[in-house]
Amino acid sequence: MPGVHRYLPLSEAERAAMLKAAGFSRPEDLFASIPEKLRLQGALDVPGPLAEQDLLADLQGRAAENRVPDPRAQFLGGGAYRHYQPSIVDHLLQRTEFYSSYTPYQPEISQGTLQAVFEFQTLICQLTGLDLSNASMYEGASSVAEAILMADRLTPKKKTLLSDRLHPEYARTVRTYLAHIGIEVQTFGHRADGTADPQQAAQALASGASSVVVQHPNFFGCVEEVETLAAVTKQAGAQLIVAMNEPISLGLLKAPGAQGADIVVGEAQGLGVPLSFGGPYLGFLAARAAFMRHMPGRLVGEAKDVDGRRGYVLTLSTREQHIRREKATSNICTNEGLCALTASIYMATLGKTGMMDLARHNHAKAAYARTRLEAAPGLQFPDPAPFFNEFVVRLKGSAADAVRRLAEKGILAGLPLARYFPDRDRDLLVCVTEMNPKAEIDRLADEIGRL
Amino acid sequence: METRNKRPPEGLLFEVSRPGRRGADLPPLDVPADGKHHLDRRFRRDDIEGFPELSEVDVVRHYTRLSRLNYAIDLGLYPLGSCTMKYNPKINEKVARLPGFADLHPQTPEELAQGALRLMHSLERALAAICGMDRFTLQPAAGAQGEQVGILMVRAYHQDKGNPRQVVLIPDSAHGTNPASAHLAGYKVEQIPSNARGCVDVEALRKRVAEDVAVLMLTNPNTLGVFEGEIETVARVLHDRGALLYMDGANLNAFVGQARPGDMGVDVHHLNLHKTFSTPHGGGGPGAGPVGVKKILEPYLPAPVIERDGDTLRLRHDRPKSVGRIRSFHGNFGMFVRAWAFILAHGPDGLKRMSETAVLNANYLRARLQKTWHLPYDEPSLHEVVFSDKNLEATGVRTLDVAKRLMDYGFHPPTIYFPLIVKGALMIEPTETESREELDLFVDALMAIDAEARQDPDLVKNAPHTTPIRRLDETTAARQPVLRWTPGQKEK
Repeated sequence: MPGVHRYLPLSEAERAAMLKAAGFSRPEDLFASIPEKLRLQGALDVPGPLAEQDLLADLQGRAAENRVPDPRAQFLGGGAYRHYQPSIVDHLLQRTEFYSSYTPYQPEISQGTLQAVFEFQTLICQLTGLDLSNASMYEGASSVAEAILMADRLTPKKKTLLSDRLHPEYARTVRTYLAHIGIEVQTFGHRADGTADPQQAAQALASGASSVVVQHPNFFGCVEEVETLAAVTKQAGAQLIVAMNEPISLGLLKAPGAQGADIVVGEAQGLGVPLSFGGPYLGFLAARAAFMRHMPGRLVGEAKDVDGRRGYVLTLSTREQHIRREKATSNICTNEGLCALTASIYMATLGKTGMMDLARHNHAKAAYARTRLEAAPGLQFPDPAPFFNEFVVRLKGSAADAVRRLAEKGILAGLPLARYFPDRDRDLLVCVTEMNPKAEIDRLADEIGRL
Repeated sequence: METRNKRPPEGLLFEVSRPGRRGADLPPLDVPADGKHHLDRRFRRDDIEGFPELSEVDVVRHYTRLSRLNYAIDLGLYPLGSCTMKYNPKINEKVARLPGFADLHPQTPEELAQGALRLMHSLERALAAICGMDRFTLQPAAGAQGEQVGILMVRAYHQDKGNPRQVVLIPDSAHGTNPASAHLAGYKVEQIPSNARGCVDVEALRKRVAEDVAVLMLTNPNTLGVFEGEIETVARVLHDRGALLYMDGANLNAFVGQARPGDMGVDVHHLNLHKTFSTPHGGGGPGAGPVGVKKILEPYLPAPVIERDGDTLRLRHDRPKSVGRIRSFHGNFGMFVRAWAFILAHGPDGLKRMSETAVLNANYLRARLQKTWHLPYDEPSLHEVVFSDKNLEATGVRTLDVAKRLMDYGFHPPTIYFPLIVKGALMIEPTETESREELDLFVDALMAIDAEARQDPDLVKNAPHTTPIRRLDETTAARQPVLRWTPGQKEK
């Protein structure tokens, strides 16, 4: 065996003394309950050990193999969004009392986490215009699936209608979640301007459904007519689920709850959570009060202690798996607590005016990029509908080729839609945020125009 | 005597907010604010009602003050059984924040993200070596989602053979996520009793396994911290009738480097990177729940999977038999970086030493406590040990009181009232990262509480006395739920 490891406090002498105190003569005897023939012979085939200094160098090497252009010249969106994280966010997250604590099962010594979650729930309610929010979900796609399950608990009609403008990975995840629990998934189409078609939704609703799922702004960037969709859905006695994956848009767009959405759900990574190649991210789920006892996941509520002081506790846990087992509203246990804290600190730092200014800047920059690209000859824009910070441009040739050629010039031009839709070879989804200065937007437009 | 600081408790963000403050600024807008694509007024909001307005200093103080109300692993032992609260190495936080990882967009073209794909591929192979499985998916966001993926793969496997079967068997000592996940995969759940040793009753299992049983979900070591010594027989009983064996790997920390699920007849299992591989629990996540499978289940793995194509790694989406996606993008990558760093820091011998130390610490606690505290199952312990409050019956002091009193001694309590097969359970898992003096201090605390329960039971029943807040009225909180702040809500 190796010498003392830096993460293991016991010295060899302590180890020997404790082994004796525990009634064992050799370390191997600790594992005597594992049948001999199951005991691993030989060493594991894994690398290491590395001293910390070598470990850092090794991982720096791996990180450097990712050849990513300057963040100012990246225009990728499509479900994950590039935003500036103020320095205090990560500084506060690295408080060990936050990141090295467990789910707050013992409220007396977890008030920091519990109050922060209560604040998160409130912030999400304020942004979405709804009554309730839970403590967080895994990420956007599975949250949408959970929202559909929740809607079906309130109005059990065993069918959901998905807009065909929903993020394709979300639609795929929904199908995985619903595959074996008897809720049918049907898709409805969109109008020529690129937005979900309320008439097609109404027709599909005629045969009965528990929910209608519309992404807003949708996967292709278009801002949806939430009020119209809500009216149609409500008339059929179903629940309107608005799926969102760019939460910064809520600094500019009307709160969907105020427009008639019953559930607002999705991805909140944009609220200061690092891109980190796709996770950990932050699912959120907000709903009308009627859903309170149908919510999946953790909920934090206010309580009084024996001395009358205000505090916070995990509550309504009779919905959850550790009590209700197979009858629980969800199997979710560990969620994304630290990412919810990230988002809370981010929202608190930006505050009301900061959130609204940031959303305005994102929109103005995307609008400027679109106007610049429209001036280039030969490009088309399949979706005339209004957009927030993302839109589709149809190039003269292959979008994947264009991305490759521009990458050589230090620009990540966007997401080629052929990744999800093989027949959309020329379409590029371009996202512009506050991270993109005018000079880089101009360079993108010039280079695309030159292709 | 005054026992509390006179500063009022920290208010909510919305209460400490003052109109007109802000904590962040933006560079000046360098493009026109208006134009033909300007969003029409009917789409726009003109306020975010109630949203806080704070300066940078206000925010820093607010969250720093909140943080001080939490217990944390860096303050001391956090012996939550089956939660594996071990030390979170600081270098892991540093490497996960390297710009090449933290700023990498998930839609980055594969050719430009080879470092990230290589790391995922290496981690997948290391986990397969550690667990003796053929392949892993890293996609699931947490253990429960891993269970869900695992059972969906089991279902796809049976479906491919013509009959998805109807029933998932789960021991009565299992975590609640097991039945909840099985239900989401469309199965009926049936409980299998434990025997007098707290392990799966193999005879009961033999009688029950028939053509309708798809899989048994077995936690090993189980939630008593006991190795399921008959696991090979269990696997044989299942396999003989075409059923599969799922292992809940929540307790994998007990035997890393000592034994491997793949050698025990396990067909599919998840593990928790936030337990065994030290990624921080974050006050409730993020986790990561990779799932390992034997060859027979490989076709059903969630898409995409990473595959080698010459010198390049690619994400393969074209997997006709896959159960599909369970989430967006590639999984909780930030946790993969930390787990990989943890494996590299240990190496093969270090990982073996890790589990050995975790088991030594649990057995040391057990030996010191069992003279005083009731041990309901006197079976060999691996990484955790379960006591009960039975010896305190006459005092009226219950497990909950003991847990609360431990806070006055400066400790986070163990997991309580779980597993359900033990009345008044105290489930203690120290992990490998505790010193002898910390364990001794914990033993001293439990001994002192035992004495207090006999001499002054009310002292224990009214605990905690020294925490920022005392016992909360959880019943009223659930009956009249207040789940958000609303304007005008007054603090008393």
